[in-house]
Amino acid sequence: MSTIAHTQKRGFAGTVWEYLTTVDHKKIAILYLLAGGFFFIVGGIEAMMIRIQLAVPNNDFVSAGLFNEIITMHGTTMIFLAAMPLLFAFMNAVMPLQIGARDVAFPFINALGFWLFFFGGLFLNLSWFLGGAPDAGWTSYASLSLASEGHGIDFYALGLQISGFGTLMGGINFLVTIINMRAPGMTYMRMPLFTWTTFVASALILFAFPPLTVGLFMLIFDRMFGSGFFDVAMGGNTIIWEHFFWIFGHPEVYILVLPAFGIFSEIFPTFARKRLFGYSSMVFATVLIGFLGFMVWAHHMFTTGLGPVANAIFAVATMAIAVPTGIKIFNWILTIWGGSIEFTVPMLYAVAFIPSFVMGGVTGVMQAAAPADYQFHDSYFIVAHFHYVIVGGIVLGLLGGAHFYWPLMFGTMLSEKLGKITFVLFLVGFHLTFFIQHFLGLMGMPRRVWTFLEGQGLETGNLISSIGAAFMALGIIVLLVNVVITQKKNIQVGRDPWKDGRTLEWAIPSPTPFYNFKQLPLVRGLDAFWIEKQEGKTDMTPAEPIGDIHMPNNSFVPFVISLGLFIAAFGAMYHADEGKDWAIPVLIIGMLITFGAMLYRSIKDDHGYHIHKEDLLDEAEGGTR
Amino acid sequence: MAAEQKFTQHTWPESPEQATLEGKNKFLGFWFFLGGETVLFASLFATYLALKDSVPSDTHAKATDLFELPLVFFMTMLLLTSSLTSVFAMYHMKNYNFKKMQQWLFITVVLGLGFLGCEIYEFNHYYHEFEHKFTSSAFGSAFYTLVGFHGGHVVFGLSWIIALMVRNAKRGLNLYNAPKFYLASLYWHFIDVVWVFIFTVVYLMGMVG
Repeated sequence: MSTIAHTQKRGFAGTVWEYLTTVDHKKIAILYLLAGGFFFIVGGIEAMMIRIQLAVPNNDFVSAGLFNEIITMHGTTMIFLAAMPLLFAFMNAVMPLQIGARDVAFPFINALGFWLFFFGGLFLNLSWFLGGAPDAGWTSYASLSLASEGHGIDFYALGLQISGFGTLMGGINFLVTIINMRAPGMTYMRMPLFTWTTFVASALILFAFPPLTVGLFMLIFDRMFGSGFFDVAMGGNTIIWEHFFWIFGHPEVYILVLPAFGIFSEIFPTFARKRLFGYSSMVFATVLIGFLGFMVWAHHMFTTGLGPVANAIFAVATMAIAVPTGIKIFNWILTIWGGSIEFTVPMLYAVAFIPSFVMGGVTGVMQAAAPADYQFHDSYFIVAHFHYVIVGGIVLGLLGGAHFYWPLMFGTMLSEKLGKITFVLFLVGFHLTFFIQHFLGLMGMPRRVWTFLEGQGLETGNLISSIGAAFMALGIIVLLVNVVITQKKNIQVGRDPWKDGRTLEWAIPSPTPFYNFKQLPLVRGLDAFWIEKQEGKTDMTPAEPIGDIHMPNNSFVPFVISLGLFIAAFGAMYHADEGKDWAIPVLIIGMLITFGAMLYRSIKDDHGYHIHKEDLLDEAEGGTR
Repeated sequence: MAAEQKFTQHTWPESPEQATLEGKNKFLGFWFFLGGETVLFASLFATYLALKDSVPSDTHAKATDLFELPLVFFMTMLLLTSSLTSVFAMYHMKNYNFKKMQQWLFITVVLGLGFLGCEIYEFNHYYHEFEHKFTSSAFGSAFYTLVGFHGGHVVFGLSWIIALMVRNAKRGLNLYNAPKFYLASLYWHFIDVVWVFIFTVVYLMGMVG
């Protein structure tokens, strides 16, 4: 095998096979982007159905039971199957390039992480066609979820368990990659902020996902295997689920928002053409947010009855997070201050993000005051708050990041004109939808309510909110049109298309060679590429002579391991039903497939292959085409 | 390729598990994985402590009724010894003595199987003598989940070590499989450490009420 095999054109089947077996972080990034984008659309359609149902009082667009399923799947899909994988897409696409690595530390595990996520998400969404989706809310509190009939909650527990394994593996992979695979000269304090936030988010994944794993196992055991963790009649305790869910769930919001912060921290210096203000305080704030993120879970449980002492401690810890977050906000503002600003689409998202996210932060501090939270709890005020941080922070980050990194991932540039239309529609729609919800909440509209009555003063607010949602949907449709047009035209824009790229990912040729760097670059400071540009150079100084490059082999095993768990999950789910004797064999067959594939991986040597120096030199002269 | 290179006792590097980049990555990644596992077991311990002796009625057995020290002490000794023998195996791995490494790993496996046999007997005993079942009470669920997760790790660890021993029986050590042996042994130590906590928190604290 040599380089030539990789540059040849493939047929359709060949391309599919390539993506099923790929271990290349750039291709896995595209897989994450496609799958995450698909689930984002699914979650968005669910959101639209919620807003249609609530547009007018006494509406019967969907039934009460179906509404519960829709809100549950909207939340679960958006968090686990859209936001996480879309961020993983950018982490995979950008982070290894930013640190000057040829690949991630564990390419095989990287592929396994994707396929586990994919099959978990597929399993969860199959619930729509197999007897009904989960209906206990995305938090799935045990007292509700144990009472839920049908298999909806089983789909939730098993699906999230499978995709959670994938996320955990992705987290470990990124941690080791950042620690072990940095290019010569790339010290920790020269790492771009997106790499730093990936690092901290990965550490959070490592410590936050196991409690969810345990909580989901207990839910699976209680619902399918007759245990009594949450069953009070058996001596169980339903609050245990709440604790585990939020010990996971609170760090999870930082797992999501920190990489979004990272994306913005790349966009601001690029388009303000100015070094990130207060780099070291940004790093410090990121780490501190990550640390404090584990100390605040009980603020979701103020009304559970943990007592005033616990509530007071968690209230103070929660308010403390506002400090490092505030540091970041001011650093971003001061990065723009006095810069030579260019309002490209990514920059528009970044600039819009600051006030939007601050509003979410302010309502967050309001809720941190435990006595006040007794009033806000389970009202639309909460819905408004977390959509302000998630949409105003994470989704704006994802949209900005998509436009910013599109040329890096696909070699083409999304249309700025259509991008601006998307931006305006989405931002206006976002504020229209959620700003009014603060007031709906304060007026007493409870969260997760199926419908409301006339004459209670809720009609106007809900109608405005639904109109806003339509704007957001239009914005996303324009974005999809933009993507299709751009890829249809397929105008390759070449290297460093924003002209002001500062970090290593912009220093490599476009499209990125599959081995990333022919010679590892020598990093001489923060914003490594910018430093070289300032000295009038167009390329990075190499840190090594051209030599053989070691590459990993593609593998179909990750797909098989994940497929095994997917099959086993059906067995686990149906074995509790009457007259389904096939279920236990299916469970066993699925586990055998998984463990058999793992054994195969263990005993079959996989040394990868080398790209030879001569081929690299040939390619430099254009010899392979 | 470095990973397949043949070595002698003199050319064998000092830390063969970290002599290649793959080895270094695996070493670090596995420590992170064990960090995650620690949180997993911490969660299971917390659940157990919250639900200990939490039974629906007084007819159900509680911790003081169930546990007997001699058997559990014997199991503890088996597992602690097996951890020691795996250290011996790694000592020989680092000295490029494949045969002795395999012998000590074999003893490790035998001790581990002994532990597993005792645990199966123990669970069987609780189940039939005390009607202490996974499905009988929250206490039962928490007990079998915590100790059973550990037991599952023992099964996985044993399968892993056996697979490595069989796979490499004919070709001896190289820089490709040295990290694998090392990590399997690290995993085995982790299982041992978890058991020390189970012995203390579940059994010793259970006996005193």
